[in-house]
Amino acid sequence: MENTANVIEMRHIVKDFNGFKANDDINLTVKKGEILALLGENGAGKSTLMSILSGLLMPTSGDILVQGQKVAVKSPTVAKDLGIGMVHQHFMLMNSFTVLENIILGHETVKGPKIDFKKAQQQIEALSARYNLNVDPKKKVSEITVAQQQRVEILKILYRGADIMIFDEPTAVLTPQEITEFIQILKELAKEGKSIILITHKLEEIKRAADRVTVIRSGKSVGTFDVADVSNNRLAELMVGRHVDMKLDKPAAKVGKTMLQVSDLQVKNKQGVLALKGLSFNLRAGEILGVAGIDGNGQDELARALTGMQHINAGKVVIDGEDMTNQKVRKITEHGVSYIPSDRQKYGLILPFSISDNLALQNYYRPPFSSHHVMHYDAINEHAKQLIEQFDIRTTGSDLPVSDLSGGNQQKVIIARELNLDSKLIIAFQPTRGLDVGAIEYIHKQLLLERAKGKAILLISYELDEVMQLSDRIIVLHDGNISGEVKPEKTSDEELGLLMTGVKKEGSALA
Amino acid sequence: MLKVKPKTKKILVPIISILAGFIVGALIMLVWSYNPIEAYSSMFTSALGNMNGIGETIREATPLIFTAIGFAIASNAGFFNIGLPGQAQAGWLTSIWVVLANQNLPKIVLLPLAIIAGVIAGAFVAGIAGWLRAQFGTNEVITTIMLNYIVLYSCQYLMQQVMSQKLRIDTDTTKTIAPNGSLRIEWLSSMFGDSRINAGIFLALIGAFLYWYLMKKTTTGFEIRSVGANPYASRYAGMSTKKNILYSMILSGGFAGFGGVVQGLGTYQNYFTQTTSLDIGWDGLSVALLGGGTAIGILLAAFLFSILKIGGLGMQTIAGIPYEIVSIVIAAIIFFVAIQYVIGLLFKNNKEKVPNSEAETGPATVSKTTTSEGGQG
Repeated sequence: MENTANVIEMRHIVKDFNGFKANDDINLTVKKGEILALLGENGAGKSTLMSILSGLLMPTSGDILVQGQKVAVKSPTVAKDLGIGMVHQHFMLMNSFTVLENIILGHETVKGPKIDFKKAQQQIEALSARYNLNVDPKKKVSEITVAQQQRVEILKILYRGADIMIFDEPTAVLTPQEITEFIQILKELAKEGKSIILITHKLEEIKRAADRVTVIRSGKSVGTFDVADVSNNRLAELMVGRHVDMKLDKPAAKVGKTMLQVSDLQVKNKQGVLALKGLSFNLRAGEILGVAGIDGNGQDELARALTGMQHINAGKVVIDGEDMTNQKVRKITEHGVSYIPSDRQKYGLILPFSISDNLALQNYYRPPFSSHHVMHYDAINEHAKQLIEQFDIRTTGSDLPVSDLSGGNQQKVIIARELNLDSKLIIAFQPTRGLDVGAIEYIHKQLLLERAKGKAILLISYELDEVMQLSDRIIVLHDGNISGEVKPEKTSDEELGLLMTGVKKEGSALA
Repeated sequence: MLKVKPKTKKILVPIISILAGFIVGALIMLVWSYNPIEAYSSMFTSALGNMNGIGETIREATPLIFTAIGFAIASNAGFFNIGLPGQAQAGWLTSIWVVLANQNLPKIVLLPLAIIAGVIAGAFVAGIAGWLRAQFGTNEVITTIMLNYIVLYSCQYLMQQVMSQKLRIDTDTTKTIAPNGSLRIEWLSSMFGDSRINAGIFLALIGAFLYWYLMKKTTTGFEIRSVGANPYASRYAGMSTKKNILYSMILSGGFAGFGGVVQGLGTYQNYFTQTTSLDIGWDGLSVALLGGGTAIGILLAAFLFSILKIGGLGMQTIAGIPYEIVSIVIAAIIFFVAIQYVIGLLFKNNKEKVPNSEAETGPATVSKTTTSEGGQG
């Protein structure tokens, strides 16, 4: 049975967390020189499986074979010695170190007591040239783009001699053009004989990059398919276990009066550099304005400035006819602004607090939740029960800490709380980050419902698909400016990609 | 591995920690050829075996309850207040001074006045650190620890140079306060074998109740806990982190100051020059940690501490164990209590969390970067 073409063979992997089977009899094989996509919803067990392969977790039962040899991957060091390397979704780089230093970190070639930087640099340059990675080893990580940082991560595992490379959601931070380049690099690596496991939830990328795809659902293998033989819709169904609406039902927008008017907005970031360099745009009731762009082009500052979290240096923010420039956060919220933050665990929730407390976070100080500074927990719990039911938050009790919930349900807590405020303006910043297909579908539908109710929605997202699907208009942020405004039905990924890199649109609607 | 519910674990862990501490303490005594059974029995008989012992144990616990609550309030707001000794000392000197300077006022006016003055003094000292943190982001560990020294020597200066000589016996000791400024209650003291137990314990129990009510039932407590648990989300929810830091620090210092007040108006009835930061401050910190920051936990932990302290004296006098060994045994017990986390590892969590990708990759990377940093250095 031993098939030597299989570089990795994971057989009947079971991982039991105290009765909860995160992996339940999963089989996975990777051949030499192939790109295998691993598809599954959040919580399906992808990460657990890959953690087992990279030595972070030990399986409860099941075998792992590397190059046909049964192995026990007891630690990440063992995994590294077996030639298994992983590029994490969140890069593990030190910004103040150079590319070279980051790559050799923990793996330094030494000459006596000294690090042999020269030799390391030669090795890295050779690797970089061989796989077309084009990174300057002498630059600091803080000076290079996100796409280049990803290549540094790739070089890091190549430098450590990886033959089996695991990529966790690698394209989340890339522009369409960069994604194309990235897929090219993957194919290059595969051609050189590397085996690649690509963890992703983007069906389109699987189509473009992978040879085969293994789908797992609720900890079980659903099956492995040749990518050429299976449609996107079929893959989505296999992953979720039911029929999924890939197309959203989006009626024509019924726009009303201007709800948000931003003029010449200038905001400095923490380093005192202008991150928003005079933005102007309008948003009307009943429409969704998408803000596209690559991470770090002023999105953070925009969201923070509009919600009162960050000081506005110049310009004006008018919400429903009232000047809200540099107002207090609570004043803005009470004026009718809901905010779904991009980092739900940092800005959206207080993780050790109960679900009910989190649901009351925006109105705990008002009746019926409190009076004369005394909290009324009965009302808070009652309110929570209602919202849990209305928004279908999956939990066994409203008194559980919100940290016990899955990512999708945590996001539902925020959505429930913010939409329940019945605000005029909803600012949604990466509302589906890290969520699975089912949860994304749910949140998108909720946003469209709010749109139908006549709410103005500002959707700031790095996910082009999301912006394209939901928006009525799209503005593209580049380097703190709007590089163009487009209509989703009249644009393409390519055009947006160009705008995202700052190539201005000819005859743009914006001055 | 023991498998228990999280709630049971919360109770079992401190108990096992305490027992482990006693066992290690016994081993230490065996090494130095003292009889641990005799030692511990003398510890408990002297702390709890007669009314006087019980009274003294309660008296010893009283200021600890206050300082522990002080620490716990700040800790709820994410603030590490190790300035409790200074805040308590400020409360102590202030309350004694107020009483000595106004001896002729009726008790009903004088006692509350002295208490309030002492509480404000503690709150003021802590407020300085809170204000610096809120305004400039200064690290409170540094400011509070340095304020301990400032208070320590300021109190010495104030007493020796500023306080009227009429209020002092000599340069290092004030006069004893009159009964109308004292927390002592005659019938209570005589009930407990003429011990120094005083009305402070009732105030401490009220304080513990207020602490519980404030934290669990009021919007102020909700905000303090929110800011402590996640300042970013709290800020987005419209709470002012600055205001809450300042509030919690003032409350924290107020309770610590109250601890000093009961020490002065209850235990000693005077003020005398202190050469080191007050023990009740440091012990309050341990009590709060041992008590898990809850009101009930703090009460129980404060009594454990005072049993050790009062009983330690008994070990010395009855069982003839040198004070140094007694200190080592007490330290061993506190040590085990402090490393509760390690004891907690004995238990298998009933609910091992299903890791998500971030949580899983986190620890491995941390260890990786630390080892490699070590290699670099």
